Amino acid sequence: MGFLRLGAREWNGRARGIRSMSEPVTPDSSRKKRTLLQFLSDYFHDIHALREYLLRKQILKGNRKNRSFADIQEKYGPYVTGALFILKQGGAVKYDSCHERMFQNKEWIRPNEHGHFPTEFLEFRKVPVEAVDASGCAINYQGMSNLPVPLKELRFLSLQRCPNVDDWCLSRLYLLADSLQELSLAGCPQVSERGLACLHHLQSLRRLDISDLPAVSHPGLTQILVEEMLPHCEVLGTDWAQGLKLEPDQQPQNTPAVSP
Amino acid sequence: MTNWDAKVSEFKKKIECILPGKQWEEPYDTSHLPPKQSDVVIVGGGILGLSVAFWLKKLENRRGAIRVLVVEQDHTYSRASSTGPSVGGIWQQFSVPENVQLSLFSINFLRNINEYLAVVDAPLVDLRFNPSGCLLLASEKDAATLENNVKMQRQEGAKVCLMSPEQLQNKFPWINTEGVALASYGMEDEGWFDAWSLLQGLRRKVQSMGVLLYQGEVTSFITSSSQMQTPSGEQVVLRRINKVHVKMDKSLEYQPVECAAVINAAGPWSGQIAELAGIGKGLPGTLQGTKLPVEPRKRYVHLWHCPQGPGLETPLVADISGVYFRREGLGSNYLGGYSPTEEEEPDPTNLEVDHDFFQNKVWPHLVQRVPSFKTLKVQRAWAGYYDYNTFDQNGVVGPHPLVVNMYFATGFSGRGLQHAPGIGRAVAEMVLDGQFNTIDMSPFLFTRFYLGEKLQEYNIL
Repeated sequence: MGFLRLGAREWNGRARGIRSMSEPVTPDSSRKKRTLLQFLSDYFHDIHALREYLLRKQILKGNRKNRSFADIQEKYGPYVTGALFILKQGGAVKYDSCHERMFQNKEWIRPNEHGHFPTEFLEFRKVPVEAVDASGCAINYQGMSNLPVPLKELRFLSLQRCPNVDDWCLSRLYLLADSLQELSLAGCPQVSERGLACLHHLQSLRRLDISDLPAVSHPGLTQILVEEMLPHCEVLGTDWAQGLKLEPDQQPQNTPAVSP
Repeated sequence: MTNWDAKVSEFKKKIECILPGKQWEEPYDTSHLPPKQSDVVIVGGGILGLSVAFWLKKLENRRGAIRVLVVEQDHTYSRASSTGPSVGGIWQQFSVPENVQLSLFSINFLRNINEYLAVVDAPLVDLRFNPSGCLLLASEKDAATLENNVKMQRQEGAKVCLMSPEQLQNKFPWINTEGVALASYGMEDEGWFDAWSLLQGLRRKVQSMGVLLYQGEVTSFITSSSQMQTPSGEQVVLRRINKVHVKMDKSLEYQPVECAAVINAAGPWSGQIAELAGIGKGLPGTLQGTKLPVEPRKRYVHLWHCPQGPGLETPLVADISGVYFRREGLGSNYLGGYSPTEEEEPDPTNLEVDHDFFQNKVWPHLVQRVPSFKTLKVQRAWAGYYDYNTFDQNGVVGPHPLVVNMYFATGFSGRGLQHAPGIGRAVAEMVLDGQFNTIDMSPFLFTRFYLGEKLQEYNIL
């Protein structure tokens, strides 16, 4: 069975290629690197079924990390649920600074390199979570029910470089309309201008970072439209000169430096 | 034992032909024809037909248990109501609870589209969903109905909120709230998407599941009937469809396909297909004489450009007058249309666009509701067919009471696209289990046409 395992590993590498949007799937490209499993599945129905199973597992991979924390919510309350969820995913949480007498430090609570985090926050069931840094976490739409739903007073949210955050996730952010002041979506590969359109609910937003979004088709135009949509918000986006290709003599405006 | 000698001599003759040196007459090549037998034949390969095929294969007990054949007249889908012509909207704001449940299931399906439709070695389906919500406006006389509807929708789980004219003006300053007493706005799970990619994704998936897709036309049904008696002693004639004659495209060749069940998902032409099976051939007022009241109705969609128009936050707006519109893309383009009254119905015999229709019927209402649309310029317009149910504009699902193995999945009058996943599942459950397991669609059965029970939907787009 050694050769089958080899095929699966190779095939999994190829499957990541399917996900990337820049690579068109042409008949030639699929012929170049045919793995053993691909070859066999043309002849054996069982191999074909095996490949379908592997594909399904690939797609459902994110679900375990984003399972619902409803039982924890019953026992510990909403704030602890949200904090626990984020910390388990590898993100960081910060509590409301006016309650700092409960803490030695009002810094971010983060898991260390072994994934362990301090558990004092489990005591603070009534303390609202103020800021969440979920950069690079595997949070997806299902996981969002553990985030904006319980954490009603969230002021700062960073979803930078989250690979599974897409337009559907953004449509759930309206629940934070009253409290959210800063939001960062920089570097999320699946967020497009269609998801950005539903950020208009967030009227308290003061800072929005939408730089480096590969799925947005016209970054400059999108930034203008988002700025019109949220007049009180400062929008950090792409370099202005990108949208001004046709008029090289016009001076490009200076936007604040972008750093995710 | 009769004719045994004749059969043996015939057999000997055939063997002699095959031996080397003799004349070998090749059997006729029928690989371009559909198979001679199929468990289920689905008439119509549009979004509803493909959805039923998908769920039949997904819910079967054993892999490869059901053989499904989908017969579609036009593989380019040039007249299909669910693709290029479609505005592609999905919303949960209905007055019939089953419609709300169907929409909620459909949005779940669309959100997890790749869990359902992923095919090995094929690119993932990208629906380009715009989660911008849907805004329904109501005048004074409809305000109470709207409020009740919203209460029911929230009970079912839809996230809809009510807005007063002041709140509406605050949120969307480009709306003229004159005449608006109440508005309902979907906060989540509503918007619009690319119907064509859904259709192609479904086609790819059902082909990988083993469904046969054929380009052809259903010309007739071969039925057999039997006399039965109801518990009250009445005589009824029940009919079964035994064979479906599928005619090949651009030729007179046809293949009789023996089948166990036929699904009528022919969209605007479902009425004609039903007549072929003998539905409606009888005295008017009887069950035999009740026709399937689905006919094609032409609807226009117009695309216009307006640089001063509403911004990125624009939802799918449905006005009191029947006009609706939404944004299209980033370049200040808008798509919209109008549901005409019975007197204003355009002629459905062709798909020509009547440009005066926009000038006279659509533009005045648009400008009244959104004053900045005064400077709009129409770029394009096209037409498509609705599978319009003339009885109550709601779909027909389930078996016919007399032609026992014909199941309907049609008549949704413009909402077939957004409800397709739910309807497909309901029909598949009916065919496989004999009952609706998840969403109870009994109010949508055929018998309501005979009994005269209308299932009216409040707002139709």
